[in-house]
Amino acid sequence: MLSIRELYIHYITDEGIVKAVNGVSFDVQEGETVGLVGETGAGKTTTALGVMRLVPNPPGRIISGDILLNGESLLGLTEAQMRKIRGEKIAMIFQDPMTSLNPVLTVGDQIAEVVRFHNKKTSRADAFKKAAEMLGTVGIDPDRMDEYPHQFSGGMKQRVGIAIALTCNPGLLIADEPTTALDVTIQAQVLNLMVKLKKEFNTSMLLITHDLGVVADVCDKVAIMYAGEIVEFGAVPDVYRNTGHPYTIGLFGSIPDVKKKVKRLSPIQGLMPDPVDLPAGCSFEPRCQVATAECKTLKPRVGEISPGHMVKCTHHWREANHGHSS
Amino acid sequence: MSDREEFTPRSKKKSQISEILKRLLMNHAAVVGMLIMLILIFAAIFADYVAPYSYEQQNLNEMFARPSLKHLFGTDNFGRDIFSRVIYGARISLFIGLTSVVLGCISGGALGAIAAYYGGRADNIIMRVLDVMNSIPNLLLAISLSASMGAGVGNAMIAIGITSIPIYARVVRAAVMTVKEQEYIEAARVLGVSNRRIILRHILPNSLAPIIVQASLGIAGAIITTASLSFIGLGVVPPTPEWGGMLSAGRQYIRNHWHMVTFPGLAIMITVMSFNLFGDGLRDALDPRLKR
Repeated sequence: MLSIRELYIHYITDEGIVKAVNGVSFDVQEGETVGLVGETGAGKTTTALGVMRLVPNPPGRIISGDILLNGESLLGLTEAQMRKIRGEKIAMIFQDPMTSLNPVLTVGDQIAEVVRFHNKKTSRADAFKKAAEMLGTVGIDPDRMDEYPHQFSGGMKQRVGIAIALTCNPGLLIADEPTTALDVTIQAQVLNLMVKLKKEFNTSMLLITHDLGVVADVCDKVAIMYAGEIVEFGAVPDVYRNTGHPYTIGLFGSIPDVKKKVKRLSPIQGLMPDPVDLPAGCSFEPRCQVATAECKTLKPRVGEISPGHMVKCTHHWREANHGHSS
Repeated sequence: MSDREEFTPRSKKKSQISEILKRLLMNHAAVVGMLIMLILIFAAIFADYVAPYSYEQQNLNEMFARPSLKHLFGTDNFGRDIFSRVIYGARISLFIGLTSVVLGCISGGALGAIAAYYGGRADNIIMRVLDVMNSIPNLLLAISLSASMGAGVGNAMIAIGITSIPIYARVVRAAVMTVKEQEYIEAARVLGVSNRRIILRHILPNSLAPIIVQASLGIAGAIITTASLSFIGLGVVPPTPEWGGMLSAGRQYIRNHWHMVTFPGLAIMITVMSFNLFGDGLRDALDPRLKR
């Protein structure tokens, strides 16, 4: 389905080169949901925009690597060809439903626009019929399609966003923190809706989030991102039960556990490195509990600690390769 | 079903406009301006029925008549009824004012929108050229343009329209700059909408408020410029009644026949004032921060 290969995206600014995405590789299989987890600034959104080829340029630039959709490279396409892909093959749901809908158009108009844009022959009436149907699918009374976004609540706006994204039945749905702006009860509703529709429409999904709980609920696989790199990737049960990378371990340590009584959480010490000035060795080395001297200089390599479970850490790489080499 | 679908969007759209209208009507100055404007527009459209005389009917027996019931504003040096000429003059002034604003607004707006949306080199080239235009005083530019094209209603219109391009380009550019950063524009791009469509359908409707305000204020400016051009003989040619032209014709008789210049002058003043009052009111009504 989607395959990202050694992707590098940099923002070239006056202050220096911001290395937002550094050699990201992962796959999203047909019908699969992959969670992309990381701190703010880890490069999650930039990766997503890169897939859409919408990294703001200038200053952003895809330096190298490749993005394949169903085996076809997206980087070689012209802008016009890319427009056909966006919305039709890959759609996106945004973080803030308050601002991602156009305030001067009715929601019906906005859904119908997508229908007509990707299918020029559709008549106005048919497009609106489709819009009404899509609103019904996401659980909004189709009678409300002549209303403006400000007449809807936040959760409903996000449903409209989902309706717009799914209108053209895209093969891949990128959801960029779709529930961050919603309150907890609505989060669950929207997530359940997305999971349900994903199955109905047989769509693959790339879910960007900070929330490991959401990932456990929704995703098949998870990619943990740190400083523009994927430090751990694997099936959700593997990563959660047999956590490999020290950063992921730190993330889990930061989650409060209702069953245990602890005075303090154990957060990861320190801050993310400045993406203009990344460490020479492992990016996580300054904050890592188990770092050794070689981590300072040696770029970590990816080791497969169990089938399909990759960890980008020198220690794990050594362990994984130990059996083979000696 | 189709009945309701036809009906509902209209009622909803109306509610937004009626909201703005309500706020506009609470502003007394704006209401006064709007009323005067409506009267002027009415007079301009129905000048043939409103005016007691034709604008070019000469009556040499009644030259320089003082204002009276027969001739409300008196008559001029050819015995033409000044009241009728002022009414017909409204037609010319409003026509030139409106069309030149539309001309300036569309071409300036397009340039501003392109500059803001694409940014970078396109922005630089367009805005620097407009800066050059802007560095020439407006009236001087209008004078030189109409001097080179010749007098006449059409040319005056074009000259004034071109002069106002930089102003609209600036206003539109600023408005588009803020709107294009909104997430729903990015959302539209993600859905594969083309640039042209994003500008026309998503950005411009959202940046309309400052453009409308600038246009309503711009009409006042355009009317003054028209009058100025005609005053120096570059705008509308006699015998077409134009307020500036009437002022210019009455200038040499001002010592003995004050009414020849007073009434066209008042007409200009009142018209410009009404558009300014209305424009100011509209700006306040469209400003969501002043919502009560």
